[in-house]
Amino acid sequence: MLKSTFVGKSVPRKEALSKITGAAKYIDDLSFPGMIHGVTVRSPVARGRLKKISFEGDLPWNEITQVTAKDIPGENCVAVILKEQPMLVDGMINHPEEPIVLLAHPDRALLEKARKNVKFEIEALPSVLSIDDALSKKAVVWGSDNILKSYLVEKGDISQAFAEADLIVEGEYTTGAQEQLYIEPNGMIAVANPKDGVTVWGSLQCPFYVHKALKTLFGLPDDKIRVIQVETGGGFGGKEDYPSLIAGHAALLAWKSGRPVKIIYDRAEDMAATTKRHPSRTRHKTAVTKEGKILGMDIDFVLDGGAYLTLSSVVLSRGTIHAPGPYVVPHVRIKSAAVATNTPPHGAFRGFGAPQSIFALERHLDVVAARLGLSPEEIRRRNFIHQGQQTATSQTIKEPVDFDKLMDRAFEMSHYHSKIKRFEIENKTSPIKKGIGFAAFMHGSGFTGSGEVYLASVAGVEATSEGRIRVLASSTEIGQGKNTVFAQIVADALCVDVGLVDVAQPDTSVVPNSGPTVASRTTSVVGKLVEDAAKGLQATLRQSGFLGESYTSAQFQEACLVYLEKFGSLKTLSQYKAPPGIFWDDEKYRGDAYGTFAWAVYVAEVSVDTRTFEVKVDDFVAVQEIGRVVNPLLAQGQIEGGVIQALGYAIYENVIWKDGRMANNRMTNYIIPTTMDVPRVQVHFEEVPYAYGAAGSKGIGELPMDGPAPAVINAIAHATGGDFKHIPLMPEDLMRILT
Amino acid sequence: MKPTHFVLNGKKTEIASPPMSRLLDVLREELHLTGTKEGCGEGECGACSVLIDGEVVNSCLVPLAQVEGAEVRTIEGVIEDPRFKVLQSEFVAHGGAQCGICTPGMIVSSASLLEKNPHPRRDEIENALAGNLCRCTGYSKIIDSVEAASK
Ligand code: FES
Ligand code: FES
Repeated sequence: MLKSTFVGKSVPRKEALSKITGAAKYIDDLSFPGMIHGVTVRSPVARGRLKKISFEGDLPWNEITQVTAKDIPGENCVAVILKEQPMLVDGMINHPEEPIVLLAHPDRALLEKARKNVKFEIEALPSVLSIDDALSKKAVVWGSDNILKSYLVEKGDISQAFAEADLIVEGEYTTGAQEQLYIEPNGMIAVANPKDGVTVWGSLQCPFYVHKALKTLFGLPDDKIRVIQVETGGGFGGKEDYPSLIAGHAALLAWKSGRPVKIIYDRAEDMAATTKRHPSRTRHKTAVTKEGKILGMDIDFVLDGGAYLTLSSVVLSRGTIHAPGPYVVPHVRIKSAAVATNTPPHGAFRGFGAPQSIFALERHLDVVAARLGLSPEEIRRRNFIHQGQQTATSQTIKEPVDFDKLMDRAFEMSHYHSKIKRFEIENKTSPIKKGIGFAAFMHGSGFTGSGEVYLASVAGVEATSEGRIRVLASSTEIGQGKNTVFAQIVADALCVDVGLVDVAQPDTSVVPNSGPTVASRTTSVVGKLVEDAAKGLQATLRQSGFLGESYTSAQFQEACLVYLEKFGSLKTLSQYKAPPGIFWDDEKYRGDAYGTFAWAVYVAEVSVDTRTFEVKVDDFVAVQEIGRVVNPLLAQGQIEGGVIQALGYAIYENVIWKDGRMANNRMTNYIIPTTMDVPRVQVHFEEVPYAYGAAGSKGIGELPMDGPAPAVINAIAHATGGDFKHIPLMPEDLMRILT
Repeated sequence: MKPTHFVLNGKKTEIASPPMSRLLDVLREELHLTGTKEGCGEGECGACSVLIDGEVVNSCLVPLAQVEGAEVRTIEGVIEDPRFKVLQSEFVAHGGAQCGICTPGMIVSSASLLEKNPHPRRDEIENALAGNLCRCTGYSKIIDSVEAASK
């Protein structure tokens, strides 16, 4: 057993100082000799046929680089899962803001004028703008039925549950879109020419996604494409797939103009054109006994995918698997679908489908409890899943899971029971109604089903000629703390000082493909590869005889240098292997959906002013079991930040749609929480080391996005007696429902 | 073009950009001070915060002409000020920066607060930072950092 010196400690963020002093270079801080600027001209309509493009006005068009679909050297597509989305419109327009023409010039003011003088002749076609329109086939905009992807999960026999039930409770719940609003807008710089190929630098999460997209777009071999991630000002999933488009656009302009091209989105463009959280609709039909035992859940879960498939099939998959929650239910049927609409494609956003279906379930269970005359607490306690029991996909939970303990802890920290009593008395005489609510939930670590096996990620470590250790992985630092956590894991695996470990900048020409930075997989899954590679490097050094059984950091460095001197290089790689006994059936959608889950109970306390309908979240408790905590300070930061994003999702952030386009695409009218709106989040970790995660860790990044919305809405329902079925719950909705 | 004169981070500066240029662009592009960030370009996010004669302003909204004769301090100047070194170490120690794009603006606003009020209460810190948006941290660790720096 390794002794852990750094894992478990709040080692300060590696790149903290450069960020704090403003020295860190983000994409817009970089400039290349001869670089010019690029802009995107986009569709003004939701759906139509593009007839003609004209370049009008008294402008020096011959000086302005112009790119349209016909300039694409390879395939006109954004290669992600399928190749269905064009890089530039060629004929059919499928959503507002769809890119049609690219322009580049050194003078940004001139470019703005030019952008306004590109005119389109478009034959408008009927569009589909909501889940209902899509399902009723108001128009058919995808395949024969507007269904991008569907799943069916079955366990037991749902009709038997309904036959045996004492009570059947139905409910429909909906969630709105959520804008990413990373504070750094998207941006890329490209250098591209037929001789050297294509190189891009950018704000992005997944270097090898961009690599694949560029390879296809230009029809070039792997080694002619290079993608480098620079300091990235927030991602949250929003920089998972969309950066492939921007990289493609910048590269096409660079290819044609022969000069480096920078594209930086302004805020309005970023909000209108790039991906948001999928809107959803969930219908529950739940069979229960009068004692509160859940016999069956019949769930119909639908996501609005937007105009192209992009990542919707995998978002839908996670939402589907998380829909029945951490409960053991003998009979389950989940039918789910992602539908096509003529809005910009919705994409990955922290939680990835789970926040939507978890909101529906955790809200619904409060309703079921009330119908049974039980407390919200009792109905959950009677149905929590335990070690050895099976989830809806028939996955047997192998590790210990103790939800009663998590709940006890969360209720103790929030003074849940005493507050329920107190509020009941105080609310009688006050116009400000107080309430307390909670949610119990889980989040699967890493890719769903066989995803990790298909990815077959590789990561490594090497010794450098300065006698330092360098971690090699394409996983990106987007604020979550990857650099620091990897350094801690490697330092402990090698028994050296954490200061000796560097983490390579993700550059596809230098690092192996450790997979995308998504799905709460970086610390636990990629960290494990890095840890194994480090142990391999240590074993190599020992076998060479240069390293003894025990050693100091300096002796380790010395051994590396001697080895390098003799053999030239010292590098070990490690590839993903599924933990033993994992089985997933893609056809039946059954089996071990995730290697493991993180488990949590979150409690929210609110005050609702019944005169102004304003809601304030006064207290928030987040209790979770995430395996071993590698870095408590960073882990708390993930939880606190995720909870506050999710509070925004619940009660502040309202995307207003007009003809398939976000109408309030500005920070002045799309409101996220500020310092004045947030409670102090009390964070508590139960630590149960997970045998197959790096240093015992599980995934953490997305978990805090799942629980706050239902906890807050349940608290508002508790305070007011209202029946709320939709988020965001805005003051005007509260007024409508309560008066 | 008539040059604009101002004192930038303690040094006399003269710049011949159009008077209606955004101060943010002049700082970042002409003077290569890229620590000041652009998050929205419309005065909402505070990523572009600088100090003009000691007051926090959003440099994306300030035309160059407005700083004629003024004293301008950016993150690059603020972090050199020995009085504010403690902000650096406390932001490191308390996890005040995650992705870091909001951080220079947070430091600038915090420095201005501490200049006027060396020992602010927590709610005073919240007030002073209300114009600086952060999407990563949920704010608590930023406020902790400033609070620790004022002790
Ligand atoms: S960039 Fe100036 S306030 Fe956002
Ligand atoms: S640290 Fe990312 S926006 Fe504040």
